[in-house]
Amino acid sequence: MRLARELGLVFASLALAFGVGALVAQLSGLSPSAVYRELVRGAFGDQYRFFQTLTQATPIIFTSLSFLIAFRAGLFNIGAEGQLYMGAFFGAWAGFTFVLPPYLHTVVALLVGALVGAVWGFIPGWLRARRGTNEFVSTMMLSYVAIYFTSWLVSPRGPYHGTQWANQTVRILSSAELPRFVRGMQLHWGLAIAGLLSLLLWYFLFRTPRGYEMRAVGQNPRAAQYAGIDVPRTMILALTLAGALAGLGGAAEVLGTHRRFIEFFSPGYGWDGIAGGLIARAHPLAVIPAAILIGALRAGGMGMDRAGVAPADFASVLQGIVIFFVVAPELFRLFRRIRRERRVLVHSQP
Amino acid sequence: MPAEAVRMEGIVKRFPGVVANAGIDFSLSFGEVHGLLGENGAGKTVLMSILYGLYQPDSGQTYVRGEPVRIRSPSVAIRLGIGMVHQHFMLVPRLTVLENMAVGWEPRRGPFLDREGMRKRIEALVEEYGLSVDPEARVEELSVGEQQRVEILKALYRGAEILILDEPTAVLTEQEVEALFKTIRALRDQGKAVVFITHKLHEAMTICDRVTVLRKGKKVGTVPISEATPEKLAEMMVGREVVFRVQPKPVQKEGKELLRVEGLTVHDERGLPAVRNVSFSLFDHEILGIAGVEGNGQKELVEALTGLRPPKAGKVYVGGKEATGLSARELAQLGLVHIPEDRQATGLILPFSLAENVVLGRHREDGFALGPWVQLRRRIFRYAEEAVRTFSIVAPSVRVPVQNLSGGNQQRVVLARELGRKPKVVVAHQPTRGLDVAGMEFVWEKLLELREKGCGVLLVSMDLDEILMLADRVAVMYRGEIVGIWPREEADKHELGLAMLGGKVAAR
Repeated sequence: MRLARELGLVFASLALAFGVGALVAQLSGLSPSAVYRELVRGAFGDQYRFFQTLTQATPIIFTSLSFLIAFRAGLFNIGAEGQLYMGAFFGAWAGFTFVLPPYLHTVVALLVGALVGAVWGFIPGWLRARRGTNEFVSTMMLSYVAIYFTSWLVSPRGPYHGTQWANQTVRILSSAELPRFVRGMQLHWGLAIAGLLSLLLWYFLFRTPRGYEMRAVGQNPRAAQYAGIDVPRTMILALTLAGALAGLGGAAEVLGTHRRFIEFFSPGYGWDGIAGGLIARAHPLAVIPAAILIGALRAGGMGMDRAGVAPADFASVLQGIVIFFVVAPELFRLFRRIRRERRVLVHSQP
Repeated sequence: MPAEAVRMEGIVKRFPGVVANAGIDFSLSFGEVHGLLGENGAGKTVLMSILYGLYQPDSGQTYVRGEPVRIRSPSVAIRLGIGMVHQHFMLVPRLTVLENMAVGWEPRRGPFLDREGMRKRIEALVEEYGLSVDPEARVEELSVGEQQRVEILKALYRGAEILILDEPTAVLTEQEVEALFKTIRALRDQGKAVVFITHKLHEAMTICDRVTVLRKGKKVGTVPISEATPEKLAEMMVGREVVFRVQPKPVQKEGKELLRVEGLTVHDERGLPAVRNVSFSLFDHEILGIAGVEGNGQKELVEALTGLRPPKAGKVYVGGKEATGLSARELAQLGLVHIPEDRQATGLILPFSLAENVVLGRHREDGFALGPWVQLRRRIFRYAEEAVRTFSIVAPSVRVPVQNLSGGNQQRVVLARELGRKPKVVVAHQPTRGLDVAGMEFVWEKLLELREKGCGVLLVSMDLDEILMLADRVAVMYRGEIVGIWPREEADKHELGLAMLGGKVAAR
């Protein structure tokens, strides 16, 4: 019942979004039918394109999970982008520094990425829990620190400037590579890991006492405290796990797709994670289709540009419209809840 | 006979689940200070909020200066010359006194604020009523008393001739109260009409010309102060008879001390002592009632006893073991559980299911979990279904969110959970607040059942009737202190009412 309603809402929002998108296309002098044809073809037209969509979706699943776990604990992790960069750089670093047997090397590099991402989540978590620092601001600020710190590391003056023609590290050792599904295509095992993590996170949130505590803190911290739950510790744990998930996503992206760390490699996967988490209504399993939707918009947008029916900029506009419409109901609900709470306050005054 | 300022007839105002005003008549004259007296929840603030246009009455008529009026909003009230000073000030801290007074009421000189003109008028008002404040000071730099003066000035500046003061002394020091009273007298002498909302008897006796007493949404009466005595007013406030709807059975007490509190001092959010050096004991087979007007330290006392607020000084023993400053979870292990005052904000997680709520705080217990990583969902559901049966909870399934349940059923979920822990000591804070009669009786019966089984129950309630009906002993809290403890047989409602309101205490 609830599922059907939620799904109905999502599809209605999608239909509305594509309707408005068509209108915008028309007003911009583009042909809506051509735009959508090329969008769909670009995203799902053949195996190569579909795999491109999935490749785009992979890091978005990680960052959506990262946003979601913090959100479930009542916190906003706006800094998945930075956590992703930290995980990506240090994953690559482990990939070209350590000498280990294949597979084991991959696993170690992924774990290093997750660990450094976790540190990048722990810091704002600790600040929030012990010092009351707004995590919205601190995660976002730390994000920029991470992006520019890693950029410096691979710049000509930095210690890991690996190639002359670009700001990137040297290639990781082949033992650290995350294998690809099909030769010649970028889609790699990171997608499987992401899917597995969605399941694990679902289990964690809905089937373990720790996950229960996290949701309790998110829904009503006062009641959680009354119930003897250590609220600050739970908050720290949530943001640390959020950082680990995004960091792992960054490491997988580097070990699977690029095979080296490249400055500014992410087209905004961290930010897409916010949209992905909200579209999925903070449900770990719904994150997969949500991320594929965003990945399809990205991949399809490139297809649209290549086919010459619309500039790449229009793809961004369309992405914006879709995300806005699908996320908006969730935002309305948030506002409604805030308004209701305010009303309750007024009533309890006498 | 002075001119009538306000007359309210048959005012009725309902909120979901409560009738805040059940047909109240009220009249106010120019040149008088009219006290509005009653316990918390008696309907004082609601009545005055209706006069100020914050609420619309469900029925009833208001007259101002003899004219029938409908006061749709505070701006209408202001135009009618009505001003209200709330308990919580509505000032912008970063702005100066003058700027605050100008907000929404800016006198212009050309396109600019006429600061000079305003300052002159403010200074005249300051002079006239002895409200000393510097118009150029920033509000954030002012003391609470000064901020209150700014609020009064603001109302007067807007031309108020009818001034409502909602518990104005609650936040003031003794000296500030003196100054406020001087101002009020000056206002009265200028022919203004003042409503003084309070639940402090001696203040009503000192400053008011007439007093209207409300109880549980109804008007008990209006008396001129010359005919009033503290005893009479106290009796009007709390009533005389106790309505017994349940009856405690006689029990055999063993004299075991289950809870001992020694010299407990607790601070509130502002760091001021809310509980001062409180000591008492709770024994087996006993309900100890803590009576008092809300805001006299009960909340802080309960929070300190249940692990939600660290005490500043003093000791707490549960079952003979020291338990000072333990967490809620550790206290539960010692056998002390808590039925919180606000089940929706504290006792439950509203979007969680009934089953999830019934194990809240117990979710790590052996029966419900294997370590931190495995939840025994089957057992939780089975336990929840059992709770639904034994506590007669009306719910379509144990998987529905508790926000879909009625208040009474929500409270049963809390009771089922806390009493399911087999407690020795139960701290019940306003356990029947907001419930209908059936819900109340259910809670009362459960509390009495606990007593028969040998538990100690600390019942903190604002409802004196409830306490007199259930408790073996009655303690009264006033200004953070326990001013007396009476065995129920010796407790006289009238005397308790007086003690609750800060009157003299004979017994100990």
